[in-house]
Amino acid sequence: MGILEVKDVNKRFGGLQALGNVNLSVAENSCHAIIGPNGAGKSTLLNVLIGKLIPDTGSVMFDGQSVLGRKPYEINQMGISRVFQTPEIFGDLTVLENMLIPIFASRDGAFRMHAIENTTSEKEVIEQAEHMLEELGMADKRHFHSASMSRGDKRRLEIGMCLSQNPRLLLLDEPTAGMARADTNNTIDLLKQIKEERDITIAIIEHDMHVVFSLAERITVLAQGSPLVEDTPDKIKGHPKVREAYLGETA
Amino acid sequence: MFGLDKKDTSLLILVAILTMLAPFILNPFPASSGLAQFNAGYPDLMQRFVIFGIFAIGFNILFGLTGYLSFGHAAFIGVGSYAAMWMFKLVGMNVLPALALSMVMSGLFAVVIGYISLRRSGIYFSILTLAFAMMSYALAYSVLATDMDGPDQQGLLQKGLTGGETGLQLTLQDPRVFGEQATADGNLPVPSLFGLEMRSSTELVMGDWVFTFSTGYYFCAVVMLLAFYLSIRIFRSPFGMMLRAIKSNQQRINYTGLNAKPYMLAAFVISGVYAGLAGGLMAAMDPLAGPERMFWTASGEVVLMTILGGVGTLIGPVLGAGLIKYMENILSKINSDILHTWFAFLPDGLEDFVVGMIYPFIGKGWHLTLGLIFMAVVIFLPGGLVEAGQRISRVFKGRKAPEGAKKSTTEPAE
Amino acid sequence: MDAIILQVLNGLDKGSAYALIALGLTLIFGTLGVVNFAHGALFMIGAFCAVTLSRILTLSHEVIDETRTDFLGNPLKVDVPYVYDIFGQATGDAIIDWAVPLSILFAIPVMILIGVVMERGLIKHFYKRPHADQILVTFGLAIVLQEIVKYYYGANPIPTPAPEAFTGSFDFGALIGMEANNIIYPYWRLVYFGFAAIVIGAVFAFLQFTTFGMVVRAGMADRETVGLLGINIDRRFTIMFGIAAAVAGLAGVMYTPINSPNYHMGMDFLVLSFVVVVVGGMGSLPGAVLAGFLLGILESFASMREVIDIIPGINQIIIYLVAIIILLTRPRGLMGRKGVMED
Repeated sequence: MGILEVKDVNKRFGGLQALGNVNLSVAENSCHAIIGPNGAGKSTLLNVLIGKLIPDTGSVMFDGQSVLGRKPYEINQMGISRVFQTPEIFGDLTVLENMLIPIFASRDGAFRMHAIENTTSEKEVIEQAEHMLEELGMADKRHFHSASMSRGDKRRLEIGMCLSQNPRLLLLDEPTAGMARADTNNTIDLLKQIKEERDITIAIIEHDMHVVFSLAERITVLAQGSPLVEDTPDKIKGHPKVREAYLGETA
Repeated sequence: MFGLDKKDTSLLILVAILTMLAPFILNPFPASSGLAQFNAGYPDLMQRFVIFGIFAIGFNILFGLTGYLSFGHAAFIGVGSYAAMWMFKLVGMNVLPALALSMVMSGLFAVVIGYISLRRSGIYFSILTLAFAMMSYALAYSVLATDMDGPDQQGLLQKGLTGGETGLQLTLQDPRVFGEQATADGNLPVPSLFGLEMRSSTELVMGDWVFTFSTGYYFCAVVMLLAFYLSIRIFRSPFGMMLRAIKSNQQRINYTGLNAKPYMLAAFVISGVYAGLAGGLMAAMDPLAGPERMFWTASGEVVLMTILGGVGTLIGPVLGAGLIKYMENILSKINSDILHTWFAFLPDGLEDFVVGMIYPFIGKGWHLTLGLIFMAVVIFLPGGLVEAGQRISRVFKGRKAPEGAKKSTTEPAE
Repeated sequence: MDAIILQVLNGLDKGSAYALIALGLTLIFGTLGVVNFAHGALFMIGAFCAVTLSRILTLSHEVIDETRTDFLGNPLKVDVPYVYDIFGQATGDAIIDWAVPLSILFAIPVMILIGVVMERGLIKHFYKRPHADQILVTFGLAIVLQEIVKYYYGANPIPTPAPEAFTGSFDFGALIGMEANNIIYPYWRLVYFGFAAIVIGAVFAFLQFTTFGMVVRAGMADRETVGLLGINIDRRFTIMFGIAAAVAGLAGVMYTPINSPNYHMGMDFLVLSFVVVVVGGMGSLPGAVLAGFLLGILESFASMREVIDIIPGINQIIIYLVAIIILLTRPRGLMGRKGVMED
């Protein structure tokens, strides 16, 4: 029984079968990658996983609870953190403030007024944020305007913001899309470090093979809306079906 | 001090000193000099400075922090004014209960309007708030102003809840629970704070200068300082930070486990209560409430004030409110005769030319000046007066501190 | 039945004005992505084009009429409009009488010019700025335009009558074979409705059947792609702004006999027109027209005595009420497209 269980999920858009009989089990504390050529249904599956899209049939369970139809903040509170294709951070805020918000959120829940307290007097939260920034190697940038940073740094910050809430599942959507090689490698290193140091499950939807093979322990290949194969990276690499459906195109 | 950091404390103290000394500061020209018309140190105008300051401070909590542009905030001013008037009519002439009811009523209105309007964002939110405000205006003007007493009675509700076009006024028949219906000499009683009449004032004559200290002004000024202090606290609180985060990236907020809706609604209600308080103070200074306070141009005015002063800054809205009210009062009083006396030193033809060039912008044309300044601010100076001040001070400080310049972009400006 | 027909007719003229203004607003929003708060001012300027032309036509010079004397026995001085000198008295009188319809010819170039100058001089710089900034700067512009008109024309409404042929009313009921004297309708309102229908039809035909219109429609759907095709979309959009300005201006010109123009008429109409646009669906041209007429007629029904007796004041708030309900139940408006102003 994995921490994330997708069972018999079907989704049609008009005449298009976007997802057909998807079954997927992500084991706890593993790193599971979902790959597939363009149009294979990766984004649709992601939207189902975060409860945004309700499938026609089937279920998506996280730790025994259904995620379907839940609001984004409820999904987060179940222990799922999400990293977006383009880094979604609070561009108008400083790096430190960016880090404070998720920590406040996991301490206080979906809404707490505290309009009269002073942010600077919340010593514990600030300490926690500073600590997280140090871990990311961004402590010297804490007063930077976060929108002015490089894409790699934004991604780092976004992942850090997710981690600060100690999620059980980190969901990454093409985390290195549109990044320079150096930034991509930095991001891979960061994710490797996270995997080693934390008890966390990582699910990653990715296009870039280099990223997938350096991180994943198991890989599911999607093709035309259905899982084609699921296996370890080594076996996937030589798998004839995968070659045909996916690698064949890029080779 | 007061739970604020050093910079904010000094800002608060500076504002406190300026408002307390306003009767002196705004009255720099001797009464007999030609420049006396630029004096703004009379109670009526000073009261408007601080009351609209409160309105703008509150509006800024919504617009400045969350970026949601409400075009219907005047509705709360109106609600606050009517609530205060009914408190004067029914309960007593003390201003405190009146202001309390103003805030409660406008808060309730804000909960309802905010709950519905905040289901949409962007331009739709602006239109929804505008629609609600115009509905309130139309209702106050017509339905709520119809005779609710019945045709054969001449009672309290003869002109409805709002009094229609003429507005809601005190009458000698008001059934006040605490306090008399009329003063000993048969006049209408005046709003007061435990016997201290709002309209009372003392004058201090120093040579050619006359300084007026009005109870009403000082009362409003103290309320404004409280409101200002509270807004600093909100800006510096985690709540304020959340609001800025919502403005910055709603997607991320949602996936951070926060529900943006209650935060937005809280901001909307707080700013509505500020507006209601301002409306209540207007009624307390001059016991009269009319529907025109809810017209959409009044909502537009507070937008102008906030933008002109500097959106999202602490002191900006107060400056903007002061400047617009000053212009409205002073600029609109200048006429062509005054212009001719100013430029009398020029040769005749040139004098007429100069006066002719300036004339469209003053007197009744002051709105034109306002519109032009406003456009210039939006185009060239999106940060308003505060940004202008920062730029100027940066020029004076020289280029010695690129670090300081960077810092000013990373920290919310005052 | 009579009452219903009468209310529909009464709603048509206001509805026409809403539809025309909303059409222009939607054109500007759809093509340029700009929320134009100065659009009401364009409607108002159009109305003052009519005022201006009728003033120009009645410009006079003094002539001494030897045949008549004043009460002191001196020869009478009379003002003779210059048009008499050019066209003779009879034609001159006719021209002055027809000042409002003639203003259409005068207003079209003026409004297009104003529109193009506005777009090139100001709006252009706001394409990339947030919608709030666009609202604010055009709001400021609206104040400025309004004040300029007020400075030159004063604050009072200026009566500008329709040609004599169209003043007065006719019995619409008798015309369609119903009881006489029940549905009396002024001629000019019918003219206004017909005019609005022609303008709306012309705009739609223009967009539907010309290459220019095709490019503009494509641009409304996907600006970037059309730009990539090497088509100078910016210039076309500028012209589109001019056309939208002209539509608003024409709506204003023809409205003058219905309501004497004053400097704040634009703002009064703008607020309602925005509501109309939102109800119709932001970015949908048919939606704007439909909602314009619908709300105009609805407003007219809500002002019936019978309705007011049941729900007092409903005539004052009906449009806002409808807008609120529509926005909450159909967030995209009646005919709105997906993805327009959704964030």
